[in-house]
Amino acid sequence: MDTCPSIKNILLLDSEGKRVAVKYYSNDWPTNSAKEAFEKAVFTKTQKTNARTEAEIAMLEGNVIVYKFVQDLHFFVTGGEDENELILATVLQGFFDAVGLLLRGNVDKKEALENLDLILLCLDEIVDGGIILETDANVIAGKVASHSVDVGAPLSEQTISQALATAREHLTRSLLK
Amino acid sequence: MAQPLVKKDDDRDDEAEYSPFLGIEKGAVLQEARVFNDPQLDPRRCSQVITKLLYLLNQGETFTKIEATEVFFAVTKLFQSRDIGLRRMVYLMIKELSPSADEVIIVTSSLMKDMTSKTDMYRANAIRVLCRITDGTLLTQIERYLKQAIVDKNPVVASAALVSGIHLLETTPEIVKRWSNEVQEAVQSRAALVQFHALALLHQIRQNDRLAVSKLVTSLTRGTVRSPLAQCLLIRYTTQVIREAATTQTGDRPFYDFLESCLRHKAEMVIFEAARAITELNGVTNRELTPAITVLQLFLSSSKPVLRFAAVRTLNKVAMTHPMAVTNCNIDMESLISDQNRSIATLAITTLLKTGNESSVDRLMKQITNFMSDIADEFKIVVVEAIRSLCLKFPLKYRSLMNFLSNILREEGGFEYKKAIVDSIVILIRDIPDAKENGLLHLCEFIEDCEFTYLSTQILHFLGTEGPKTSDPSKYIRYIYNRVHLENATVRAAAVSTLAKFGAMVDALKPRVFVLLRRCLYDGDDEVRDRATLYLNTVGSDGEVIETDKVVKDFLFGSLDIPLANIETSLKNYEPAEQPFDINSVPKEVKTQPLAEKKAPGKKPAGLGAPPSGPPSTVDAYEKLLSSIPEFSDFGKLFKSSAPVELTEAETEYAVNVVKHIFDRHVVFQYNCTNTIPEQLLENVTVIVDASEAEEFAEVASKPLRSLPYDSPGQIFGAFEKPEGVPAVGKFSNMLRFIVKEVDPTTGDVEDDGVEDEYQLEDLEVVAADYVMKVGVSNFRNAWESIGPDFERVDEYGLGPRESLAEAVSAVISLLGMQPCEGTEVVANNSRSHTCLLSGVFIGNVKVLVRLQFGIDGPKEVAMKLAVRSEDDNVSDMIHEIVASG
Repeated sequence: MDTCPSIKNILLLDSEGKRVAVKYYSNDWPTNSAKEAFEKAVFTKTQKTNARTEAEIAMLEGNVIVYKFVQDLHFFVTGGEDENELILATVLQGFFDAVGLLLRGNVDKKEALENLDLILLCLDEIVDGGIILETDANVIAGKVASHSVDVGAPLSEQTISQALATAREHLTRSLLK
Repeated sequence: MAQPLVKKDDDRDDEAEYSPFLGIEKGAVLQEARVFNDPQLDPRRCSQVITKLLYLLNQGETFTKIEATEVFFAVTKLFQSRDIGLRRMVYLMIKELSPSADEVIIVTSSLMKDMTSKTDMYRANAIRVLCRITDGTLLTQIERYLKQAIVDKNPVVASAALVSGIHLLETTPEIVKRWSNEVQEAVQSRAALVQFHALALLHQIRQNDRLAVSKLVTSLTRGTVRSPLAQCLLIRYTTQVIREAATTQTGDRPFYDFLESCLRHKAEMVIFEAARAITELNGVTNRELTPAITVLQLFLSSSKPVLRFAAVRTLNKVAMTHPMAVTNCNIDMESLISDQNRSIATLAITTLLKTGNESSVDRLMKQITNFMSDIADEFKIVVVEAIRSLCLKFPLKYRSLMNFLSNILREEGGFEYKKAIVDSIVILIRDIPDAKENGLLHLCEFIEDCEFTYLSTQILHFLGTEGPKTSDPSKYIRYIYNRVHLENATVRAAAVSTLAKFGAMVDALKPRVFVLLRRCLYDGDDEVRDRATLYLNTVGSDGEVIETDKVVKDFLFGSLDIPLANIETSLKNYEPAEQPFDINSVPKEVKTQPLAEKKAPGKKPAGLGAPPSGPPSTVDAYEKLLSSIPEFSDFGKLFKSSAPVELTEAETEYAVNVVKHIFDRHVVFQYNCTNTIPEQLLENVTVIVDASEAEEFAEVASKPLRSLPYDSPGQIFGAFEKPEGVPAVGKFSNMLRFIVKEVDPTTGDVEDDGVEDEYQLEDLEVVAADYVMKVGVSNFRNAWESIGPDFERVDEYGLGPRESLAEAVSAVISLLGMQPCEGTEVVANNSRSHTCLLSGVFIGNVKVLVRLQFGIDGPKEVAMKLAVRSEDDNVSDMIHEIVASG
């Protein structure tokens, strides 16, 4: 236990255990079928629990899994057996809240799929190769949502849609504050 | 939009309609990716296509090499766009595609440009992407930028560089190690996460330098660490320093105050990390534990399941080594039994079972009964195991615990769970005599309705050994005979054997058992009929009430004292012949990993060509070898061959080891010699043995080696006579004598003239342990009782300070050269006492059993109680002598 805390995977599944977005950082599950088997096992084990108000926790195959559900979305963060459970829970909370901010409170499967780019960027900003990058939901969402145009770009190059995107970005920022 | 979520079936249809990825197909998306090549890029559309590609990859779809290359090249075109959102998707896509080395070159310049961009977001992401896909050669080019990035004032950029450094340290450590000045600076950063990442990287760079880690910890524990994550890291590194310091100095534990102060940190993450670190300190004292236990106790009543779980899991571990320290939490633990989260509840119960005292057992069992019905098998097994150890701790409470076990045995459950229960009952019956009859009846009832063949046969076998010894064996017959009617062939055969055992052991039951056995002669299965016939004819005397012959009993029901692996090889080697297979010819020695194999790699210098064929290591091979030498052919049966003992240092000119072969009236030394000098040929090689310190031995024969060429091992034998059946001991000094002839290694020509030379070998000892053969027994308790206390010798020994209990146990086992039974050679972690059971056969075919009880106290002082039972009091004394002199 002299090592840096590490995350083995982050899973976002739907209410039937199907993938919405997943990201694996360890080699414990080398093939896609191994990954799917793990997701199925995690989903079955946690399905009946009530993880809607507080994050719940379980052990599976020598891993600690913290999880939280909202609507038809199931959020999971997996770490090693000896990992500090509260660190895992912090990562989960960061992911969960950031997704909430990015989807503007409409956190369900449909909304998540429609904004899958945001979800994937969000995963990318939380953990890099198993190492925790950021756990503050506001910072994570802020980084993901900064869809503005490169400041160096001349205004004339901006299309109407880009201008709209910039406007939307400003709106998002003000909402997030 | 707001779909009611309960109605899943309706929902599914709607969802399918709404999904933006409905009917998505790889081929079509790859076609769509052509928009990346448009001269007028539409960033929005390109982002969507990338999202689709990422969606496919995320769902487990794979791209062929060609597809991936095409997508990669198309994506690189998108660097032309200045849309930040699109650029970020491009970064993601490149990371997912993990391009090959020649492809990386294509994007390197674009990414390097982004790395020096004014936009922080570009810098941070470009660093992460480039470090992910790059190899060592490219790294030297961008190293300068990375060093700058580490100390960048934007925390996101600094973190990106630091985290990339952590990953790169695994592949190209020599480069990353050059950054330590910048990393050191970043540790002082005001940004919380930069500090965390810098600390992690700095520690990994310096982890092999104890002093540097110690300095780092010392300076940081005094300073301020901003992020809770960094504080957790610091706690981990501190415990590492404590662990390493503890081995060099004693007295007050360094840094304990720091850990204790972390218990008052505002972040729960840090409090918990510190509390756990304290509980895991080596040899933690109760005083040190108390503050940690107190904060964990507070966590037990938290509203957050994660916190409760973390606390109860840690306390559960503490309870294994310091049960008393955890008893204060018992009330909080009891309320956790009804916790919604069953993992927490199970951990709470097993903790309580470890800390509980005798008076609380009954109340606890009542609570557990309610709880058992609604947890999964995996948890139930944990509980059953905890109850078993509790019962062994409080044997007086066996009644309620046994009742509990029998109740859960009747309920539904899978094989592993039932097996855990049955195993527990069997262990309780064995260890608690009072529980025997009660427990056997529970098992009888269980097999009445047991769906697992394995468990039924195990229980029937167990009934056969234990049942006849009870006060009223007849009451078990009904249960056993029912199996003959109702079960599959495997169980029927087991039941027949069990019946026969009752018949043979309990003379009064014999006529009745015979009636039942005769009925089995009409069974549909061969094995069942064969068994019934065998027993009817051997247990015999037509079912009259007379005692069954002891020889027959031993033959039918005695434990097979030959290792199954040995009998298997012997049977395989047996060729059908006039002579029937003789079970006595099967070696009884339990085969251990030959010592020579382990040592060999270190001994032989590399590049010697083909490894020399090692000396024959197994007993059968030794026997064959010795009987082929006429001088030794009349020595009789080989009793035991020792493991090879090295007589030379490693890496010397001549490598010699010796195997001691013990016969009833002789000892044969087999010297395995290897010449490791290519320029030499040895001839007329003999070992001159001086037996002046071994008075009872007289040299009778020796067999020198005519020639010993380079790298081809040869054997020299020396035989000594000794008094019959007596474990004579002595010390022999050895000298290798030979004629050296020069060899030209290139041509292989040997010079005609040789020089006589001698080479001193180390001394060789024959000790009492050489006369003990490793022979296992399957049921130690039965064997112990059947030998009886007539020649029991008990004494206590102080073994002095030892590294650990396990080390002391294995030292005594190897000193005695006996076979550990029932896995007792394994010492549980952190235990303060241990019982080890050994068995063996002494020369003259005298069975010896040893029970060792070890205890360790504070300053690692180990004491041992040695109880020996054998069939000869001389032998019992001899075992004590081995220990006393060793």
